[in-house]
Amino acid sequence: MKNIINGFFFLFFLITNNFAEEDLNNKILKNLRCLVCQGQTVSDSNSDFAQIIKSVVNDKIQEGMTEKEIYNFLSDKYGDWILFKPPLKKNSYVLWFLPYVLFTMGILFLFYLFKRTSIRKKQ
Amino acid sequence: MKKIHLLLICIFFSFIFIVLYLSLQNSKIYDTENLVGKKITESELNLFGKDGTFNTKEISNYQFTLLNFWASWCGPCRKEHKNLLRLSKNENLKIIGVNFKDNEYNARQFLQEMGNPFYILTEDSKGKKSVNFGVYGIPETILVNSELIILKKYIGPLSSKDVNEISKLIKK
Amino acid sequence: MLGELGIIFVSIALLISLALIYFSFNEVKNSSNLIPKKIYKFSLLQLIFSLLSFVALLAGYVFSDFSIINVYENSHTTKPLFYKISGTWGNHEGSLLLWINILVLFSSLFLFINKNKNKNFKIFTLLFQNLLIVIFFIFLLTNSNPFSTIYPIPNEGMGLNPILQDPALAIHPPLLYIGFVGSSIYFSAALSALVSKIDAKSLATSIKPWILVSWFFQTVGILVGSIWAYYELGWGGYWFWDPVENSSLMPWFVMTALLHSVLVLERKIGLYSWVIVLSILTFTMSVAGTFLVRSGILNSVHTFANDPSRGLFILTFLILMVFSSIFIFFKHAPTENKNYRILSKEFFILINNWFMIFFLAVVLIGTLYPIFLDTLTGTKISVGPPYYNFILAPFLIPLLFLMTSGPKHKWISSEIKKFINIVLFLSIFLFLITFFIVKENSLLLNLILFFSIYLIIQTLFDLYDGLKSRSINLSRIISHLGFGLLIFFIFINHIFSQESNFNLRVGETKETDNYVIKFENLEKFSDSNYKSIIGHFKISNKKKLFKENLKPEIRIYNKPMTVTYEASINSGFFSDTYLTMSNISDSDIFNIKFQKKPFMNFIWLSVLLVSLGGLINFFNRKNSI
Repeated sequence: MKNIINGFFFLFFLITNNFAEEDLNNKILKNLRCLVCQGQTVSDSNSDFAQIIKSVVNDKIQEGMTEKEIYNFLSDKYGDWILFKPPLKKNSYVLWFLPYVLFTMGILFLFYLFKRTSIRKKQ
Repeated sequence: MKKIHLLLICIFFSFIFIVLYLSLQNSKIYDTENLVGKKITESELNLFGKDGTFNTKEISNYQFTLLNFWASWCGPCRKEHKNLLRLSKNENLKIIGVNFKDNEYNARQFLQEMGNPFYILTEDSKGKKSVNFGVYGIPETILVNSELIILKKYIGPLSSKDVNEISKLIKK
Repeated sequence: MLGELGIIFVSIALLISLALIYFSFNEVKNSSNLIPKKIYKFSLLQLIFSLLSFVALLAGYVFSDFSIINVYENSHTTKPLFYKISGTWGNHEGSLLLWINILVLFSSLFLFINKNKNKNFKIFTLLFQNLLIVIFFIFLLTNSNPFSTIYPIPNEGMGLNPILQDPALAIHPPLLYIGFVGSSIYFSAALSALVSKIDAKSLATSIKPWILVSWFFQTVGILVGSIWAYYELGWGGYWFWDPVENSSLMPWFVMTALLHSVLVLERKIGLYSWVIVLSILTFTMSVAGTFLVRSGILNSVHTFANDPSRGLFILTFLILMVFSSIFIFFKHAPTENKNYRILSKEFFILINNWFMIFFLAVVLIGTLYPIFLDTLTGTKISVGPPYYNFILAPFLIPLLFLMTSGPKHKWISSEIKKFINIVLFLSIFLFLITFFIVKENSLLLNLILFFSIYLIIQTLFDLYDGLKSRSINLSRIISHLGFGLLIFFIFINHIFSQESNFNLRVGETKETDNYVIKFENLEKFSDSNYKSIIGHFKISNKKKLFKENLKPEIRIYNKPMTVTYEASINSGFFSDTYLTMSNISDSDIFNIKFQKKPFMNFIWLSVLLVSLGGLINFFNRKNSI
């Protein structure tokens, strides 16, 4: 009886792990750019290059590489261009931070507009 | 206050338009030719047609190495083959071939017909090992020095100009 | 013959446009308050000849006149008639001719329909609009002529890309053009308002219907494009933040902000400068989008064929447009009472404007950043869906909240109590139900789901209240309800979408957690312009013993030689089953992608609901144009 329960847990673990792996696999493939296609992800592309990358990513996941390590591996070989989510580096600080800067500036500007009105009202 | 705003806005837009104008001249096709200066990844490649492997560490034994990725089914590979033969005559350059996703018989026929410039011939029948070198199409050629540093990447068939460039680089 | 006719019609239309500019300019100095009949007649003639030129090109496609290079390059005798017709605008030159026709159409319509009493306003609008028209005509004739001919006349055309042969994609450009090319008329009207100094309400009344029409068509145009991407492109998604998609979305953001602002301007005088600036910005973003898409500056799944000389022309035009507008604005800047009462309706519209412009900025940054980085530093990076989703998603929360609480509540000091009402409780209750079904871990996604439910419930209550009290802003309620539903379904779809990628041979079966997919057999098929391999699959749902048959295809078209992968989609009420297959070269193994996409139809319907609100407003009350 204990064996059956253990076996069940093991199977459960295997299945959910597999599902998690498949999820991770899909997630990574969706973030990779097919170098020989016009803007498609590796996940969507049927080109030879995409098929090879799919296979390699699958191998790396089986080997235990984390998502970040796989991205580093591929961007080291092919450049950051292969990643659809640009890694946070010196050359992408503006890209990642500018929206928040702009949003804050907008809020401050709106505050300023309303302060001006209330100052006028007080006068 | 208005004039300052006007000036700032004009400067802002001018900057954007100048960059857009300059970008019209750029090529939008991506290639990995700029990925030089780093060490190649240590890889173990299967030897072509016999047992055993070749480890890229061994490249440190040679002065200069050319890693050439090719296949019998690739048209441009035929075009560049004579250039490879020319280069193979250099004493301080060893050409290592990686037969990419090919059929062994066809590859042998190709070399019999066109000549064999390869000091060592390896194979990557699934194409997966080539990913370690950042290869995404063939033919592709990588020039490496004895410190395993990538000096140059050539995407597409080697031209005579490329041959001259390589010849100069390996004289150092 | 058609080619020569086409050029003649275009040239005549150009001359008439020049004449219109000349007459308009003279007419400004005239003190009379009536627009001379001459101008009406010339405007009508301009429309006729412009349409004739379009008909000439259309006829070239319908009758397969391959003496016209444009028809030769983009058509084929075996194409079905519907796609021969839509091929007219499925290429750069033809679409440019369509673009010009919309400019001319809106120019004439405005002249004939608009009832503004200020003559100079109408004249200047006509003037600015025709400046745009003349520049585009010159662009067409010198750089992108659809009527250039070839001799000897080829027997057969080169064909149209098969993925463009789809009904949704056929109507997608005309819809979008009425949208963002139509925005040209209120661009011209805004500049005209500055110069002729008409008052705020008058401007609002004049341009509101045009804004509504263009906004409606832009919304529907974007929807149709997404539907096409979903059904045709075979990846199972409907929005990729691709530069071409972004180019249609950016004007939409501005149009939405403008729409809200003009609704305020109609009633009060505030936001006059906003309306002017947003009107100018809409068409500017339209031209900027066109530049990005046709200049070759960007790498995308669906750019037109690239040509830097086109890019240069459009860029020059964009620069002229932007700097002229800036100068005119500063010279004739409207003086207005900038009295923004906090927490008034204006306040909320301003906040909405801010959000729309913020979204515009984010999309613009994401689209332009790789270009700037490459030009300035030589480094190439990609900016894709992960970036946009990461940055934009959190801001949906405050937006949804403000959409819910903004319109109705009067915010005075102790009004926090007013929030604790039945709407809030009902929303929390429904959210909890959703939460237990969805079991989503991410705080962000849960907050978005909650606030979209909150918006939906609030608008439903508003609907009920409004109908009961017989005083209702139906268009706002419908559109905001649609938006709430849209966000809700987009995120539910995102959370519940499943995807499995595996290899199969004919006869084999794959089991996933909930489904069994059997590759039954392969069928070969030939049609007039393609050959295909059809895979027959039986999918059964393990739990419900539900079975469905799907038939993805691999098609090989002959003219031009292309391979396409046709998805087989079963659109159910609650979810779609989506199957694609491709073969692995040199083997009998097929790579299969199986997806379950929930609530797709609800997503499409939500967008329609949003656009319906605009339509309702257009037909509502006395719309004195």
